[in-house]
Formats: sequence, C-alpha cells, structure tokens
Amino acid sequence: MEYLEFELPIKELEEQLDKCQIIGQESDVDVTETCKQIEKKLAETKKEIYKNLTAWQRVQLSRHPNRPYTLDHINALCGESFLELHGDRNVKDDKAMIGGLGKIGDQSYMFIGQQKGFNTKTRQYRNFGMSNPEGYRKALRLMKSAEKFGIPVVTLIDTPGAYPGLEAEERGQGEAIARNILEMTRLKVPIITVIIGEGASGGALGIGVGDKVLMLENTWYSVISPESCSSILWRSWEYKEQAAEALKLTAKDMKRMKLVDQIVKEPLGGAHTDKEKTFLAVKDAIVKSYEELKNLSPKELVKQRMDKYADMGVYKD
Amino acid sequence: MAWFKRKDKGIQTSTEEKKDTPKGLWYKSPTGKIIDTKELEQNFYVSPEDGYHVRIGSREYFEILFDDNKFRELDANLGSRDPLKFEDTKKYPERLKAAQAKTKLKDAVRTAVGKSMGKDLVIACMDFTFIGGSMGSVVGEKIARAADYALKKKIPFMIISKSGGARMMEAAYSLMQLAKTSAKLAQLAEAKIPYISLCTDPTTGGTTASFAMLGDINIAEPGALIGFAGPRVVRDTTGQELPDGFQTSEFLLEHGFLDFISHRKDLKHKINLYIDLIKNQPLRS
Repeated sequence: MEYLEFELPIKELEEQLDKCQIIGQESDVDVTETCKQIEKKLAETKKEIYKNLTAWQRVQLSRHPNRPYTLDHINALCGESFLELHGDRNVKDDKAMIGGLGKIGDQSYMFIGQQKGFNTKTRQYRNFGMSNPEGYRKALRLMKSAEKFGIPVVTLIDTPGAYPGLEAEERGQGEAIARNILEMTRLKVPIITVIIGEGASGGALGIGVGDKVLMLENTWYSVISPESCSSILWRSWEYKEQAAEALKLTAKDMKRMKLVDQIVKEPLGGAHTDKEKTFLAVKDAIVKSYEELKNLSPKELVKQRMDKYADMGVYKD
Repeated sequence: MAWFKRKDKGIQTSTEEKKDTPKGLWYKSPTGKIIDTKELEQNFYVSPEDGYHVRIGSREYFEILFDDNKFRELDANLGSRDPLKFEDTKKYPERLKAAQAKTKLKDAVRTAVGKSMGKDLVIACMDFTFIGGSMGSVVGEKIARAADYALKKKIPFMIISKSGGARMMEAAYSLMQLAKTSAKLAQLAEAKIPYISLCTDPTTGGTTASFAMLGDINIAEPGALIGFAGPRVVRDTTGQELPDGFQTSEFLLEHGFLDFISHRKDLKHKINLYIDLIKNQPLRS
C-alpha cells in the first residue's frame, strides 16, 4: 500500500501495530493490551485525518495509485458477462477510452469510461487516461448502439483531461467532445454517470452528460485541474492547494452547487482501502439510479435532462 | 543413410499417374506445423500449435455455430445466370459448372436458419472455394432474402464473409449487390434486429465496402486478411512498402474497425453473449 503525505501518521501506527503483533506471535509477552491501544489510536487518527480532508488532499486521493480504475469497477460489477467492444470505426481504437456491454443482475448496460494504467507500461499504453478524438467517437458509437437497442448507458469518469496533442487537434478533439455533449443531451436511453477518480473539464464532460451524475466521495470534478489553474492564474504550479480550494471541485461542493446529483460514500481512507466495499456502493448507486429512470419515456427522459442542464449557471438578471 | 531408399530402378511414372499420399490425413499450417486432420477438425480447424485458423467453408461454420449441426437451408436452389455472355479464359457458364462440380456448392454463399445455443439465428456464410467467394447476383439475392427472413421472424442475423470481392463475370450487376445488401441491412437496423458481421480470411473488395463493415458489431478471426484494395494492388499503386501485419485482423482492430477478434473455439459463445446482452435477455451459458 502506498501512503500519501498526510497519511504518514497512519502509516506509522500501522507499522507499530504490525510490530506489536509480530512480537506477540514470536514471544510469550502478552501484547494484547498494547495492540488494542494502538488499534484504537489508529482508528481515531484515521477518523481525524479523513474527516477533515482539504480539497487538495481529496485530489490526491482521487489519484491514489491503488485506487480502482474503470475496468476494475466494470469487472467487479459484471464479472464474466462483460464483453468489451473496440474501435471508433474511423481511425483507431483508443486505449484510454474503453467500453462494452455487461450485466448487473438481469439488466444489460453499456459501460463507457476512461482507463488509466497501473504501472509505467500500462500507464503509457492507456495514455494516462487521456483520450484522443477517436476515444470520444468510440464512446459515441457505443452510446448510439445502446440507444438503438434500448440499453441504458453507464459512464465512468476518470481522466486528467482530454489529450492535448498535435494529432488530437488535427483530428478534431474539440469537435469530438462537442458532438458527444450534444448527442448525450438527446440520447433516448437513461445515462448514469459516475465520477470515480478525476473529472477534468471537457475531457470528462465528453462522456459526462447524464440523467444522474454521481461522484465518489474522494473525487474531483471541475473546469481545470488545480495544477493547471495555479499555473495559469498564479503563474506558478506552487499554488495548487489554494487553487483546489478556490475551484470548489470536491464532491460535496459540486453537490451543493447542484452540478452533480449525488455523492457515493467511500470507505474510510478512500476507495482503495476497501475496494469490494467501494464496488458494492457503486453498484448500489447505479441500480438505484436506473430504477428511478427506467420507467420514464424517452421523451420525458430527454426533457428532464434538458431542464436539468438548462438550470445550471448563476447570474444577475 | 536415407530413411526411404528406392530399391526399384528406372521408375518413370508420369505426373498424371503419380499417387499422392492419401488425401486429408495430415494438414500443414503456413508456419510448418503438422497436424492430424481428425484432430484439426476437433480443434475447430485451428492448428493447435500456432493458432493458425485454417480456411473453412459454410459446411464447417454451420457445424460450429448451429446446435448439433441442425439447420434449414434457405433458397438452396438459387443459381447464377450469364447476363453478359461473359468470357475470359473460360466462358462464365463453364466456369460456374466447373466450380459447382469441384465444390458441390451451388454458388458462393449459403444461407440457413437454425438454433445456436438454443435460440434462432440466421447465418449467411460465404464459400471461398467457389470462384474466390466472389459476390454476384446470387450472393446478393441470397443475403438479401436471408435478411428478409431475419426481419420477418425477428431473428438476429449474421454474415460470415470470406470473399475476394465482387464477381467480375457479372460486372456492374455485381457492383450493385453492394448497394442491395447494404440497403437490406439498413432495413434490419431500422427494425433493431442485431446484425453481426464476422470477417474471415480473406474479406476483401466489395464485401468490405458493404456488409462486412456494417455490423452492429464487426468481429474477425485472428490473422485474417481484411481490406478494400488487396495488398498487391496497394503496393503496386503507391510504390510503398507495406507495414508488417498490414490489413490483418489485428491491424483493423488497432485502427478501430473491429469490435473484437475471436478465436474460432470461442465464436459461438461470444456471438450469443453479445446477442443476449444487446437484447437484454438472460444470459445463456
């Protein structure tokens, strides 16, 4: 397990606990009481730390290297029933954007999401979860296919942004994202969106227009990453923590601003500390959301979505 | 010492009279792996050592995909005519007759309906052995009629492509089969009947410019040649050396044209899994 800087007190206590247990096993000294005390302290420390997370700390948790990624979620949700589908039928199969059909219970869903890698090699293979236009076009193709057959769409968002590359621009990164946003506003099947990690800007919204938009507790979603914001507005990367606060990018903030619909609670310490529990919470949230949406006619569904997005924004009249 | 030593002298059998080893006991794959044909058959006609997918025809695909090899063939008697009185090194009718005699097939596609994993499926499967799996009026009409059948009965539809392209002997009639089959698939799409396109070795020319690339999912067998213009034509026209693996299934997957590549042994399971998922019906296992 890897620890973030603010988690170091936890690391220390966990190491102490390990040592204590080893001593107990290897000698006749009764350590039960000592171990208990450390455990208690550990629980308190965890509570203390995770209760008062700053925005920047949540950003760090959302990028935790042990955090479950899109395919981890899908495999946990669907098991053997997941059938991955590839390609935009145009130029490429984008490895940073995955998709396919799978079942939760008896219901089929079309899953779409950005995929990150878990080591240097796979991170490169997945382009760090940054899609090219072909990724967005693949996502749209799959959504259209789901719409054709009346299958609800679930998108899982985890991206540091759409890929800012030369070829991405040549092939129309902006156009691809714009097209997706437009098409998603009028898709005739339910769309459930879950932000499972990073939700960076247009790269996230390109698969993120939904009837229900859910955010895992320790994720962020905004118009820009705190680092880039800092570098643009403060002219230095040093102010990322301030930027994170200022952007109001946490799940709690986004819910309060009514820009997302619901927060999905994570286990204490973040999604990666108890993946099974996280998967169950996500599954539960998806199934409940679908229950609320499934009886709406396509017309009602689109109207409701339309109204929701038309309502966003703050201004003086 | 040689393993086989010729004892008799002065043997001069003419080529015509030479006896081959009994046909069909062994199969040698392009990488040189040798396999007993019985074993090959049991392994879905895939060479077990190198995974080479041997070219097979409608007979074998029907056997692989239909439960207990039970199916009803559709329009089995549709046959070609010779509207252009076409003649190259051979007259077209003669070529047809020769192909029919050699392959025991009526033309380059067979269409059938049967149960696959317990549910109805309509399959149109091309036969490359019949004039290179070329698409003329008969192929177009049989595919169109099979699509009609799938439409009427609301049964998922699958085309297994294995073709060199359009049939030159029927010239522009052949070309128009691209439009005819594509139009039928559009009707199928409007009725929301799932259509699966399987590209096998080779899927080239007119087939890729029509039904082979129009599936709700396009899938392929490993290592198949799939492309519009054949590699030789591309090389000769452009003068460019072609990259390794150009126009293989893997190349197409990388370039976004295939949903996935399936080993032949997984084919039946995977297409039925797709059908269950997209139709939102319980999974068959």
